[in-house]
Amino acid sequence: MTNATIVRLTVRNGFGARRALILLALPLLLLGLAITVRSLVGVDPGATEGVVALGLTVVLPMVALVGSTSVLASEVDDGSIVYLLAKPISRHVIVVSKYVVAVAATAVFTVWPIALGAAIMAGDLASMLGYGLGTLLGCIAYCAIFLLLSTVTRHAVAAGLLYVLIWEGLLGGLLSGVRWLSVGHWAQALATSIADDVTLSESVGPAYAVIATAVVTVAALWLAGDRLRSFRLTGEE
Amino acid sequence: MTELVLEQVSRWYRNVVAVNNVTMRIGPGVTGLLGPNGAGKSTLIALMSGFLAPSSGTVTLDGTPVWRHEQLYRQIGLVPEREAAYDNLTGRQFVTANAELQRLADPDGATARAIATVEMQPVQDRRISTYSKGMRQRIKMASALVHDPAVLLLDEPFNGMDPRQRLHLIDLLRQIGDDGRTVMFSSHILEEVEQVAAHIEVMVAGRHAASGNFGAIRRLMTDRPNRYLIRSDDDRQLAGLLIGDRSCRGVTLRADDGLDVEAVDFGRFAVVLPQLAHSADIRLLEVRPTDESLESVFAYLVGA
Repeated sequence: MTNATIVRLTVRNGFGARRALILLALPLLLLGLAITVRSLVGVDPGATEGVVALGLTVVLPMVALVGSTSVLASEVDDGSIVYLLAKPISRHVIVVSKYVVAVAATAVFTVWPIALGAAIMAGDLASMLGYGLGTLLGCIAYCAIFLLLSTVTRHAVAAGLLYVLIWEGLLGGLLSGVRWLSVGHWAQALATSIADDVTLSESVGPAYAVIATAVVTVAALWLAGDRLRSFRLTGEE
Repeated sequence: MTELVLEQVSRWYRNVVAVNNVTMRIGPGVTGLLGPNGAGKSTLIALMSGFLAPSSGTVTLDGTPVWRHEQLYRQIGLVPEREAAYDNLTGRQFVTANAELQRLADPDGATARAIATVEMQPVQDRRISTYSKGMRQRIKMASALVHDPAVLLLDEPFNGMDPRQRLHLIDLLRQIGDDGRTVMFSSHILEEVEQVAAHIEVMVAGRHAASGNFGAIRRLMTDRPNRYLIRSDDDRQLAGLLIGDRSCRGVTLRADDGLDVEAVDFGRFAVVLPQLAHSADIRLLEVRPTDESLESVFAYLVGA
C-alpha cells in the first residue's frame, strides 16, 4: 500500500530543520508545564487531568496538523504534487505513503512528550503507557482527517485549526455527546482505561475508541485518495 | 501511433467559459498551441493531461478517456508551467525519483539517458534550488522524458529562457517530434511556435480559432490582404502594371525606393507578378512579404 520513493521524497521535502523546530516547540512547552505544575502542587489528579488533556486536545492535534499538511498541502500549494500525480500509481498508494510519514512524524514529536508529561504528573508507569498509546491512537485518526482536509481545500491549515478549536476544543468540552465523535476524547478514553485513572464516567470506552479510530482513518484515507484522483491543476484564471 | 483526441470539449468555471467547444486531433510530430494569455491554453493542456475534467465533451488518448485514468501516465509526459519541483533534491535525484515512480526496470540508466538528452550532465549533481530558469525547465523536461512517453505535453516551456536556451529547446522539441512522438507545447510567443511546430492550433478567447501549418492558417484568411515590399529596376512602371491587375488593390511608391503592394488574391498575384515583370522587361530585385509573420496573422485572428 505504500511506495518507497514517495515516502522518501515526502520525508526529504516535507521536513526541514525549521518545520522540525515548530513540531518540537509545543511538546517541549507541555513538558515544561508538567514539570512546573508537578513541582508546585505535587501529584494531584485534577492537575494531571488538566495537563494531559491539554496534551491530547491542543498539542497533539496541532502537531498532527503541521505534520499532515507538511506532507501534502505544501506540495499542493506549490504545484509540485503534479510530479507525483502524473504517474501510473494508484492515488490511494500516494495518500497512504504520505499518511505513514505524517503519522510517524507526529508520533515522534508527541508520543514521548505526552507520555512523559503524564508520568511526571501522575508519577506512575501505567499513566505513561496509557497516555503514550492514547496519543498514538490520536495521531492515527488526526493525521488521516488532516490529510483528507488537504485534498478537499487549499486552506487546509485554517480549516484544520477551526476543526480543532471549535469541534475538539469548544464543543467537545461543552456538549457531552460530541465525545462520541471527537478524536481527542477517543485518545483520552484509551489512555485513561490503561492508566487506570479514575475513569471518567462519560468516557466512551477503549473498544469504541479503537474501532471508531479505525473506521475514521480508513474512510478518510479512502476519500482522500479518491479526491486526489480528481485533482485539478489550476488553469489560467 | 498515439493520438490525442478532443471531441467538442468545453470547460467552464462557474459562469466563465475557459474552453469553448474545442475539437482537435493531435498526432505524432510537434504541434504548437498558440494563443494570447487567457486564451485557455493552460486549461486545454490540463484537460489533455488528465488534470481537469471536461465540463462537456471527451478527451481521449487512443480511445481511453484521460480523466481519472492514472495508468495512462505511462504514455504521457507532462512539463507543467509552474517552476516548483523538489528543490532540495539534486537534478539527478529528482529525475531518478520520477523514473522510480514510473516503475522503470532500470531507473538509473533511464535517468542518465534523459539527463543526456537535455544536456544537463554538468550540473546534474547540484541541487535544483541552485538552478537557473532554463536549467529548471530542462530538468523538468528530463523528468517528463525519463519513461520514454509517446505523448509529451509542455505548458509554456519557453517562459523565462534566454535565447541560447531557447534555441536548444527548439532543437530538442524538433528532435523529439522527429522520433515520432506526439508533442504539444503552448506558447503566446509567435516566433517560438513558428520555428518548432509543423502544425499549429490557434486558441483565441477559449475558442479554437484556426488549425493547420502556418501557410494553411494564412490561406484560411482569403479575405485578408497580403502586403509585400517589391523592389525592381523600374518601380514606377511596375506599379502601373500591378494596379492594372485585379490581384492587387493598392500600390504605393516608397520615398526611397521600392513598392508597397497590397494583394487581395495571393494565388493569382504569385503567378501574375513575374509574368508582368517579364513582359515589360522589368528586373525584380526583391519580393518580400512585409507581414508574413505569425504575429500579423495572430493579430488578425485576435482582432477578428
